[in-house]
Amino acid sequence: MHEYSIVQSLVDSVEAVARPRNAAVHHVFVQIGELAGVDCDLLQTAYETFRLGTICELAPLTIERVAAQWHCPRCGAAFARGAVLRCAACNAPAELAAGDEILLRRVEMEVA
Amino acid sequence: MCQDCGCGDPEVVPIDVQHRILAKNDATAAHNRAHFVDDGILCINLMGSPGAGKTAVLEATARAAGDPSRFAALAGDLATEHDADRLRIAGIRSRAITTGQACHLDAELVHRALHHFDLDGVDTLFIENVGNLVCPAVYDLGQAVNVVALSVTEGEDKPLKYPTMFMGADLVLLTKLDLLRHLPHVRIERIVDALSRVMPEPRVISLSALDGSGFADWLAWLSGVAQASSLRPGGLGDAGWKPALHQG
Repeated sequence: MHEYSIVQSLVDSVEAVARPRNAAVHHVFVQIGELAGVDCDLLQTAYETFRLGTICELAPLTIERVAAQWHCPRCGAAFARGAVLRCAACNAPAELAAGDEILLRRVEMEVA
Repeated sequence: MCQDCGCGDPEVVPIDVQHRILAKNDATAAHNRAHFVDDGILCINLMGSPGAGKTAVLEATARAAGDPSRFAALAGDLATEHDADRLRIAGIRSRAITTGQACHLDAELVHRALHHFDLDGVDTLFIENVGNLVCPAVYDLGQAVNVVALSVTEGEDKPLKYPTMFMGADLVLLTKLDLLRHLPHVRIERIVDALSRVMPEPRVISLSALDGSGFADWLAWLSGVAQASSLRPGGLGDAGWKPALHQG
């Protein structure tokens, strides 16, 4: 439901990269983590709707989904999905190594 | 025109950006956070499902604290100002943020609301977010801590269904404890177990806004957070919203 506002911020970010180069945007690449709180399908749909009339109008969006990865900060052990987030060996709370990204990764542009 | 071979194809270059899409929200949130720290205000982002008991918790907090004049609240909703009205009646100076269609508060909405809000004498600001376990988790508002209200009626596995929200919680308030006797199949241990699978350091305080149980612990926790930040004399270090655990 907030994917529309994410698209607005995404278009603004792409503008910030492309305008100073006076570039036409060909392709936009984002990374969305599994635990970022963003639904990728909704994001794609929102992008298709709201790119019209913007600098992203002609650019398809490719979304790379990043799986959640928890690990122990002390021994590096990985946690299985659904496991209690405290390392059985070290008693340390797990840390998220990947999976909360909401990133503009790459923009392919035609430079004038 | 490609200059290397004269083929006439346009030159398409990839630019690696690695830019947080919500950077603008984050910058406004940082601005809000700096104001709170400068003014010695502990800011709490209070989230939870619609009907989890967020407003009732704040009303009961005002009763338990004895001096609600040191509290203030911003209450976010899609429509109506009912929550802000209730909080004012409880003795907490409050403003409503009516979002229209937006299902969450963001840093800009909070920033604008703060412009017209006299917080003289306030040491704790509660931001009662829109009732929603999905979207509010994504937006930093400038708060010091995230508190999530989860009622005993919502199902023991609720945390497993909304991992992003509970992952970001500094404290979970298990609300409506007085209803437990009507819920023979609900076990608090199973709720805490579910939390432990999405929250690396689960902290839970069970409450009843109806009979006041748990509120001494809740007030003590708030006081502890304020002490641990630089907001109270003798505090150590900076309070900070814990950024997303991995910076992307």
